[in-house]
Amino acid sequence: MLIINSKEVIWKKDETISLLLKRMNFVFPMIVVKINGRLIKKDKYSTQLINDNDEISVIHMISGG
Amino acid sequence: MVKGQFSWKDYDAGNTKHEWDLQKIHAAHKVLTEFKYDKNKIEKGFANKTLYINLTTNEIKEKPVTDDMKKKFTGGRGFGLKLLWDSIQPDTRWNSEENDLVITTGPLCGSTQYPGSGKSLCLTVSPSTNIVCDSNVGGYFGPYLKFCGYDALEIQGKAKEDVIIVIDGEASVIRIETAPLEEINTHLVSEQLTYMYSSKDDERSRQRVSVVSAGHGAENSYWGCLNFSFWDIRRKVARLKQAGRGGLGTVLRDKKIKGIVARVDKFTGVENAPENPEAAAKVGTKIQKEIRDLDRYQCNMRQVGTAHLVEIMDAYDLLPCENYRFGSFPKAPKIYSMKFFENFTRVIPDGCWHGCTMACAKTVDSFEVMTGPYKGHRVTVDGPEYETVGCGANMSLWDPKWIIEFNFYCDTYGIDTISSGTAIAYYMEMFEYGILNKERCGGLELAFGNFNAVMQFLHRMADGDTDEFIKVAAKGIRRVKDWLKSKNWGDHQLIEDAGMESKGLEYSEYVTKESLAMQGGYGLTLKGPQHDEAWLIFMDMVNNQIPTFKDKAEALHYFPMWRTWFGLNGLCKLPWNDVEPANNAETNDPSKVPEHLNNYVEYQNAVTGWNINKEELILQSERAYNWQRALNVWMGRGQRRDDWIPYRSMGPVTELEYVSRQERYDKQLAEIMNKPLEEIEKMDVGKKVKLLYDHRRNQYQILSDAVYMRRGWTQNGVPTPVKMKQLGFADEQKMLDFLAKKIQEDEENGLNEWGGVYSESEEKPSKERRYWESW
Repeated sequence: MLIINSKEVIWKKDETISLLLKRMNFVFPMIVVKINGRLIKKDKYSTQLINDNDEISVIHMISGG
Repeated sequence: MVKGQFSWKDYDAGNTKHEWDLQKIHAAHKVLTEFKYDKNKIEKGFANKTLYINLTTNEIKEKPVTDDMKKKFTGGRGFGLKLLWDSIQPDTRWNSEENDLVITTGPLCGSTQYPGSGKSLCLTVSPSTNIVCDSNVGGYFGPYLKFCGYDALEIQGKAKEDVIIVIDGEASVIRIETAPLEEINTHLVSEQLTYMYSSKDDERSRQRVSVVSAGHGAENSYWGCLNFSFWDIRRKVARLKQAGRGGLGTVLRDKKIKGIVARVDKFTGVENAPENPEAAAKVGTKIQKEIRDLDRYQCNMRQVGTAHLVEIMDAYDLLPCENYRFGSFPKAPKIYSMKFFENFTRVIPDGCWHGCTMACAKTVDSFEVMTGPYKGHRVTVDGPEYETVGCGANMSLWDPKWIIEFNFYCDTYGIDTISSGTAIAYYMEMFEYGILNKERCGGLELAFGNFNAVMQFLHRMADGDTDEFIKVAAKGIRRVKDWLKSKNWGDHQLIEDAGMESKGLEYSEYVTKESLAMQGGYGLTLKGPQHDEAWLIFMDMVNNQIPTFKDKAEALHYFPMWRTWFGLNGLCKLPWNDVEPANNAETNDPSKVPEHLNNYVEYQNAVTGWNINKEELILQSERAYNWQRALNVWMGRGQRRDDWIPYRSMGPVTELEYVSRQERYDKQLAEIMNKPLEEIEKMDVGKKVKLLYDHRRNQYQILSDAVYMRRGWTQNGVPTPVKMKQLGFADEQKMLDFLAKKIQEDEENGLNEWGGVYSESEEKPSKERRYWESW
């Protein structure tokens, strides 16, 4: 199980950040991703794997309006 | 010249050419008043005078801008509030003789060093809400007004016949002239007046003229917008930006103004006379480079404008579809931004004021009009922006060309796309339920997706059709709710809950059902449900960053105070957070874009010579914000009952809506009721709708309690004399006395009580009921 933005989400083996964002339908381009409090740079999204029990923040910047 | 580029002189927009006898039209003018003046030199962003015009008496005079006025109200929207306070009465209504229409600039307006520095803030008593409404707009008029020597223009009274106001900064003279022969619809009158008042017959001279106008739709509805022109020397056409919200164009036409013309003799990059131009240029260059390098990887505003949001909102279930019943729709990809990009003229960089690298103002050139009085004409259409496309989704219009046509006619008729689109969507839902029908709609088949009916409605409204439905519908959702109930044509609760208005103003285009904070962002506002005070949906619903009422209240304090600041200064909000520095993610509070916040502190200091920090910047906003709230209370509104919102913005009104997102709602009910999901799933849908209804309405009241306390207001939402004194209004005795009296009356009437019903485990915002006495 993962925690994404304080909500439980099923963990999937061999899932990268890019794949997770796709699964969650997080398509907004201006986001910040942290895994267990550690900032992940955008160029690592396609290679950084997610471990079971990771706590992930996907912060969408405000934008809009 | 780079390969692929061509000279602006060679571009032809391909629009229909008009043959007017402008000499004859001009010769029909009669000068009613002429006022010669000495033009103040602009100093540090201020012209230090405002211009007052009374159309009843034809009086024209100047008013000084004092240091006290700057200290309390900063500029822009703040100045507008001050001028209105001095001129109107609590019972002043939109069409009262004494109602002011105010156009303001702000100390940073007219600068070219920083993107988005051409905004005007316009204010008046709104026909929709009966309180002061503010609306911001780009285009050249605001900067030119200041370059003509005025920080604000205040128009009171009503002319007896159609007039134009000419503010001629070239000759330092102001005239009121009758204007019997000019067109009224904007795309025509703005072009006529630009040609008529440019000093020479060339593109550069026409560029030094800007026109404010509204069309026939503004005359015949409560949705009138102000169109501000900016002459595009490449397209050779008067482009348009709108102060859309609250019916300002309706007030313009009620005063019988066909156009307000501002003409300048010159403008340079430092016309706004910054105290420290080098410092302004330094901070501006940094953000200009950031936009140039990063926008394409972020919001792509330079290519598609604000329409980039359409696909994002659809993906997050936030795009209002069929009167906000749904947040996404299978047909939505037909109106994604790239579908409009295909229609935009792509070879010309666009911007509504000089020096804006964001350049988000897009156009469709040579658009062939499909309906109405201009059928067959080819025109330039400004936009559509996100909100207008959102209206398309709301009315179930899934063809980009239909939305462009809707956009064109709203603009030229001078009506707000947001209010009209949201209202028509509501009428369509009422039509679907049979509460309205063809007979009750004056023969219109106002069903979702019926483009022809939408356009017929607009044309008939602009034409002054006297059919009962057309006349009531043109006044907006609030009046239609009352009308439907008076006819007893449907379930009263459904009529109230489904219509997306608050305070009498229609909602802008975001679905808020799953974000309590954004419900507050629409309801706990000054003018009504416009998203310019706070846009918290991602922060609340997606990021889950503000889970408690206290967290939400903090956001509903900080963001409205911060975002108000743009309007005090004549700035566009978009360069703040629609682009962000490459290292923004590494900062402590990326949602606030700290580097940009610092930019604005440096920018204001560089232009004005002040020495403020970011806390004082918020304080500038807090002063104006509280003053406007106090003004609302003074006018009999601005209290808890006025901040109420329709249930459609809180949750599913109908069983259809519930079923469409059943998994989500069932899960929420299981948590709320502390029952197994299986048990909830077996429950009757109607019962579940009712359970959610009661829960969410109470959540909104609890949120209001928390927000009022955080803002330093009473439980009835009234700013206190203590708070006003803290903000620097200690010598505004008339207002302080009024507020003290009002709070005492509320106390006697039992209105200074918490609005929410709290369970034993829930804490009220304060143990002291009269917390505001010792704030």
